[in-house]
Amino acid sequence: MTRLRMPTGVPGARMLGLGSAQPERVVGNEELSRQVDTTDEWIRKRVGIVNRRIAGKDQSLVDMAVEAGGKAVADSGLGPSGIDTVIVATCTMPAGIPQAAAQVADRIGIKTPGAFDVNAACAGFCYGLAAASDMIRAGSAGNVLVIGAEKLSDWIDWSDRSTSVIFADAAGAAVVGPAEQPEIGPVAWGSAGDFVEVIGTTPEGRIYQEGQSVFRWATSSITPTALAAVEKAGLAPSDIDVLIPHQANLRIVEAIARQLRSAGARTDMIVADDIIESGNTSSASIPMALDHMRAAGTVRGGDVMLLVGFGAGLTYASQVVICP
Amino acid sequence: MSNEQILTDLAAIVEEVAGVDQAEVTADKSFVDDLDIDSLSMVEIAVQAEDKFGVKIPDDELANLKTVGDAVTYIASNV
Repeated sequence: MTRLRMPTGVPGARMLGLGSAQPERVVGNEELSRQVDTTDEWIRKRVGIVNRRIAGKDQSLVDMAVEAGGKAVADSGLGPSGIDTVIVATCTMPAGIPQAAAQVADRIGIKTPGAFDVNAACAGFCYGLAAASDMIRAGSAGNVLVIGAEKLSDWIDWSDRSTSVIFADAAGAAVVGPAEQPEIGPVAWGSAGDFVEVIGTTPEGRIYQEGQSVFRWATSSITPTALAAVEKAGLAPSDIDVLIPHQANLRIVEAIARQLRSAGARTDMIVADDIIESGNTSSASIPMALDHMRAAGTVRGGDVMLLVGFGAGLTYASQVVICP
Repeated sequence: MSNEQILTDLAAIVEEVAGVDQAEVTADKSFVDDLDIDSLSMVEIAVQAEDKFGVKIPDDELANLKTVGDAVTYIASNV
């Protein structure tokens, strides 16, 4: 039997750089409450959002991905020539073809990389990060640029008060490379296709979600996945310094934090709350929150972070990552 | 499990989820009007109660549980 030669691979992977991008335009709750039947108080209490950023017609999903990805590549110190694979996690491209990753890479100046998009909705960044880490460990990739990018505003019915106050636009990115000592832990992931109908798009291409069903799922099924990621990494909940759940709804973020603390996480564990000023940006929310928190000094190099993605599909994925 | 024990355990869940003092959580209290608990917190309380008592509390049943006593009775008859 013919034997195929395979690359040797490396022990692990780690984050080398971060970046994010948001549109200029800030949309506050007061502005929305003039358009749909809602109030600032209701939005703050039920969703926890104060402001969100919405892109204009002249700023595409790819534009935001290029900006965030370019910053992460610069931050890594590698330069575009050091990247050989690009993954874009997204669920809001205008059409299925063309995909985002190849054109994003070209505009950043990354020549002929392996390039593909991942659609795991709001869990997409954690799925892409897991793929990147394992491709590097197996030796299929050297340094990988992983981007979460969404232009949800193109898919919002601005007369629907249940979605228009929640979703927003952004991109977040990380460069991942080889490491002798692994700094990206094993992924714990899964899906619940039997709940496919609770988040989706209408025939007119507008996002809908059954809020209470999604809330129930997120507050009952996600913490076990996060705890599984901690266990797989050989750690205990008390080892987690920083919790970065997908910024779906502040109430969900707080519920996951409370449940993790009941399971042994520390009371001084830092919990991402980027949703307050950024809204729910689906696959962009985790890398952007991380980038914002690092810039603000809220997280520091070496911190043990727990990333927790969950979203439409339904899909979920979680892993422990050491802050670069 | 006695109704008293269910009430004690339920009150602990309500305190953890909604920050309401356990002593306030008595059978005659309305979740919404007396304890100021909104529908999202009710979902969280239901999720934790399902786990604690081994019952199913679907959304349509949850909507009928107006008072703490309603919840205790529902849990007691469905365990």
